[in-house]
Amino acid sequence: MFKPTLLAAALACALPLPAAAASDADLVNELAKVRAEFDQKLKELQATYEARLRQLEKTAPVAAASRGNDFNPEIGLVLQGSYAQRKPGERAITGFLAGSHNHAGSRGFKLDHSELTLAANIDPTLRGYANIALLDGAAEVEEAWFQTLGLGNGFSVKGGRFLSGIGYANEQHPHAWDFADNSLMYNALFGEHLAQDGVQVKWLAPTATFLEFGAELGRGGNFPGSDDGGNRNGAGAWSAFAHVGDDVGDAASWRAGLSYLSAKPKNRSSHVEDLGGVEAETLFSGKSNTWLADFVWKWAPDGNPKARNFKFQTEYFRRNEAGDINCVDNTVDGGACALGVNDSDAHHTRQSGWYAQGVYQFMPRWRAGLRYDRLDSGTVDFGLLPLPPADYRPSKWSLMADYSPSEFSRFRLQLARDRSMQGSPDDNQATLQYIHSLGAHGGHKF
Amino acid sequence: MLNRLVLIALLLAANTAQAALNVLACEPEWAALTRELAGDLARVSSATTARQNPHHIEARPSLIARARNADLLVCTGADLEIGWLPLLTRESGNARIQPGQAGYFEAAAHVRLLEKTGIADRAQGDVHPGGNPHLHADPRNLPVVAQALARRLAELDPANAAHYAARNQDFQLRMNAAIARWEKDAAPLRGVPVVVQHRSWSYLADWLGLKVVADLEPKPGIEPSVSSLASLLQGLKARPARMILRTPYQSPKPAEWLAERAGIDAVELPYTVGGSARATDLFGLFDDTLAKLKGGLK
Repeated sequence: MFKPTLLAAALACALPLPAAAASDADLVNELAKVRAEFDQKLKELQATYEARLRQLEKTAPVAAASRGNDFNPEIGLVLQGSYAQRKPGERAITGFLAGSHNHAGSRGFKLDHSELTLAANIDPTLRGYANIALLDGAAEVEEAWFQTLGLGNGFSVKGGRFLSGIGYANEQHPHAWDFADNSLMYNALFGEHLAQDGVQVKWLAPTATFLEFGAELGRGGNFPGSDDGGNRNGAGAWSAFAHVGDDVGDAASWRAGLSYLSAKPKNRSSHVEDLGGVEAETLFSGKSNTWLADFVWKWAPDGNPKARNFKFQTEYFRRNEAGDINCVDNTVDGGACALGVNDSDAHHTRQSGWYAQGVYQFMPRWRAGLRYDRLDSGTVDFGLLPLPPADYRPSKWSLMADYSPSEFSRFRLQLARDRSMQGSPDDNQATLQYIHSLGAHGGHKF
Repeated sequence: MLNRLVLIALLLAANTAQAALNVLACEPEWAALTRELAGDLARVSSATTARQNPHHIEARPSLIARARNADLLVCTGADLEIGWLPLLTRESGNARIQPGQAGYFEAAAHVRLLEKTGIADRAQGDVHPGGNPHLHADPRNLPVVAQALARRLAELDPANAAHYAARNQDFQLRMNAAIARWEKDAAPLRGVPVVVQHRSWSYLADWLGLKVVADLEPKPGIEPSVSSLASLLQGLKARPARMILRTPYQSPKPAEWLAERAGIDAVELPYTVGGSARATDLFGLFDDTLAKLKGGLK
């Protein structure tokens, strides 16, 4: 910046003084006049330059806006932890053979998964994404995939490990859940959710109404598939889904979906109590076919969800499994499996279940929600094996309230009455939870 | 019979050849600007309404379907739509509207942004380090964006380049004349101290010389709380303001609470096209904005 006074003084000194300066007073007057003149000229000059500068700035190219972190990928981390009060011991859903990926059961203070996400465009045609769940002594690759950006005509292809597009909640990571824990339905079906190692093709129809079709071919190494089932040439699991959705006026929008999953598990391991009450390991080989139907309805006054909004979500499934089951248990403890003549027999199940939940944000930052889970163990036939035939309908009520100081942080209290395990008295559960997101965090899907 | 069929087929073919560009604007102001420049040659829809906060909508199925069929997206950029636009383009399966393609237009890339802090610390709230995205609230930005958008339309639809150029020229003349009229009209607003709700009004204040003395939001994007409003009220005693400005998509409650206690007006400005009965296009938007601001002075 200019220093007008300094310059003026310098200039004044440089000016030749009139030789016949009459008096000091005249000199002072003259000096003041020169200084005023200089100040005026300087101001004019400054104004002209500033105007020119403004003009230039208007026409100068502006750096491109929206970008990631220069060439670094967008990096995000989700911190999650909870305090849970509940009955001790593991709780299995009665009548359902479950996978091992079941976190439920622990209580007290605990740190949940820390989810590290990395995402970036790979080149003009591809985008890459990874979600690593960090646990004690382990890092699980939840997702790691590439997706096409520019195939056009409504097509997109995803490859790698990704959350399957079947159902509605399946593509949500735990931090996006509206409740502190998973629904019984997803627990029973997949443990947490179904991740496919494979390829997904989606096509969006060129219609005014949202109409999307997708198909996936995968390894089928995860429940309801199994490691051995995935070890083959070809696909151990395939799935297909269709979604339709639209708006109703400005205020409401909905999406409905129908999905099918077929897996070929081999030696799939599950733990059940045998007729003697001793824990047995079963190994199942055969076919597992699941139908899922989902529906989501969202409402906000004028379609402006910031202050108030409501979300209703429900899903239903039906699963048939047929094949052979093998039963192994500990004879020393009096396990019944080893006593039988046959430790292997035909096995088939026909089971179903559903949940429905509503979450209402009644004022900025505050939400409350209610969820009801119900499963039907249906027909479970273990043949001649000494395993209990199931006749139970697990259910669960969950009530939650959460507070979000900003869209990057959330604290939640959940009370639940869990009747998913037969014979175990009602388990009243209370959970306090936090979910915080730092760094880059992309928007969630509808 | 065959002749008639051929004729119908030809007519249909001619129809598709002349088919309008399908334009999805992220906000109503860009839908209005596209209509000014393209007229009948574009089918224009807006992803948001004036009653929806453009930071906070979802990539709903209906929007994905519209993005799937769009030839051109006209959005603000500067991270305003960061929560939903990237999902929309990715889920659309539409190669034409991916970032970097001709069908992806961001207004913010063509004007000088205010509040370009470069500071990306969320302790400061929901900040936009690349600059304030509410740039359409200064109408002097509109001819600049129009210039770039007209070029883009011509690039996508070269057959009608002359049409877009002519309409752009007409728009430039009308808008510049209107700006001169508004600036004369708004002279009494210069230096008027105001309270804003969110930095939605930085460009308007910059244009009209309004003095923003306080923000209802304690930090950008953070909802005002009772305690933050109380301390604001205290601050207004030392530095009084003439009115409180808010958009139609923000809850009137905090502004009314403060207005009542500070004894000043809470003014709902249209913010964008469709934000009030008079704001039917970009010209009506500023006619009504100025009328309401001057009403707040009385």
